[in-house]
Amino acid sequence: MPPLSRWAIRAALIYFLVGLTLGMLMLINKGVPIDPTLWRLLSAHTEFLLMGWVAQLALAVAHWIVPRFRGGDYGRLRVAWLSVGLLNAGVLLVGGGTAFGAPDWVTLTGRLLEGGAAIAFAIYIWPRIRPLGSG
Amino acid sequence: MPPLTRWLIRTALIYLVLALIAGVLLAARLLWSLPLPTAGLDTVYLHLFMVGWVTQLIFGVAYWMFPTYSREAPRRNPLLGRIVYGLLNAGLVLRAIAELGRTAQGDVWSWLLVLSAVLLWFAAAGFVVNTWGRIRGR
Amino acid sequence: MPPLSIWFVRSALVHLMLGFTFGALMLGNKGAPFDARMWQLRPAHMELLLVGWLIQLAMGVAFWIAPRWWEPPRRGNVTGAYAAFGLLNGGLWLVILGSLFRLPPGWTFVGRVLEAAAAGAFLWHLWPRIVGREG
Repeated sequence: MPPLSRWAIRAALIYFLVGLTLGMLMLINKGVPIDPTLWRLLSAHTEFLLMGWVAQLALAVAHWIVPRFRGGDYGRLRVAWLSVGLLNAGVLLVGGGTAFGAPDWVTLTGRLLEGGAAIAFAIYIWPRIRPLGSG
Repeated sequence: MPPLTRWLIRTALIYLVLALIAGVLLAARLLWSLPLPTAGLDTVYLHLFMVGWVTQLIFGVAYWMFPTYSREAPRRNPLLGRIVYGLLNAGLVLRAIAELGRTAQGDVWSWLLVLSAVLLWFAAAGFVVNTWGRIRGR
Repeated sequence: MPPLSIWFVRSALVHLMLGFTFGALMLGNKGAPFDARMWQLRPAHMELLLVGWLIQLAMGVAFWIAPRWWEPPRRGNVTGAYAAFGLLNGGLWLVILGSLFRLPPGWTFVGRVLEAAAAGAFLWHLWPRIVGREG
């Protein structure tokens, strides 16, 4: 497993555990009310699980298993690292921003970073999506 | 493909069908009044999809394809893997039933929600523990 | 990567970018309002990311990497998988168009039925391929 995938999968696992912990707190609060402000965690729960966990894991595994170029070359690796960096910065801004009631522009910046991550990853992986042994 | 992966992937496929059927019910609710408990169905739909299908599929494929942990224990702890499978599915089924059955705060369904939350959390923690050491170069 | 997986994965990437674009538009509108109708994009945004991106990527990768038979046809009966691609994309776009243009609820209903049928068709194809080395 290449270094980028290792880093991204470890980050994804941390988001998974944190996201599920927030979910557990909200679900317990739904059954047996503890603190009404816990509902503020909903956006962070969604963000950590959808973007931090699922999307990041998908990108990491795609980088690892999609056919490489001749000689085991991954292609434009810097773009892939950029994508992972943007995604994590975006998830932290959106998740942290909504959980701590930061101004809307923090969330907006985070979403823009996530959008940039998606575009960067699509540019990076696109030429590798092809039949095995075709170049 | 190890047996646990087969169970996880097959169960995930069943949840995908169930989630999309819940999606059909959500759409049908707009057309007709259904003799079904549809309060909480949105949440059930989303969690059948994200936990039952996506997360379970990820668990199955990761358990199968991630680099081996060691020669003696290639998939680290298979028993923990099976416990995670049990916790995840028990938690999810319980959650779906409790969401649909719940009518008032503090009723028995509300306590089942709490139990499902704990089961799901331990499933996640078990998966992370079993997977972490397998994120390696070879 | 077989041709059907290439279609699935490329289609998934296109839906990912569209989904993120809709999300960014809605969030931009939340931070600096420019058009109140932007909120109408929310159901399409969810549909694009949950069905168009996640399910489609998973189906494409599953069709590619699930164990194959020793004898041709090595992926068994692929009719269900091809049907799933058509049904999923057809259903998905009925739901999206229905929500974007506020079409009668019947559009969403038929779209959702097609999506569920896609899941059933894919399950029909993949089930016999979920086997161990011993077959």
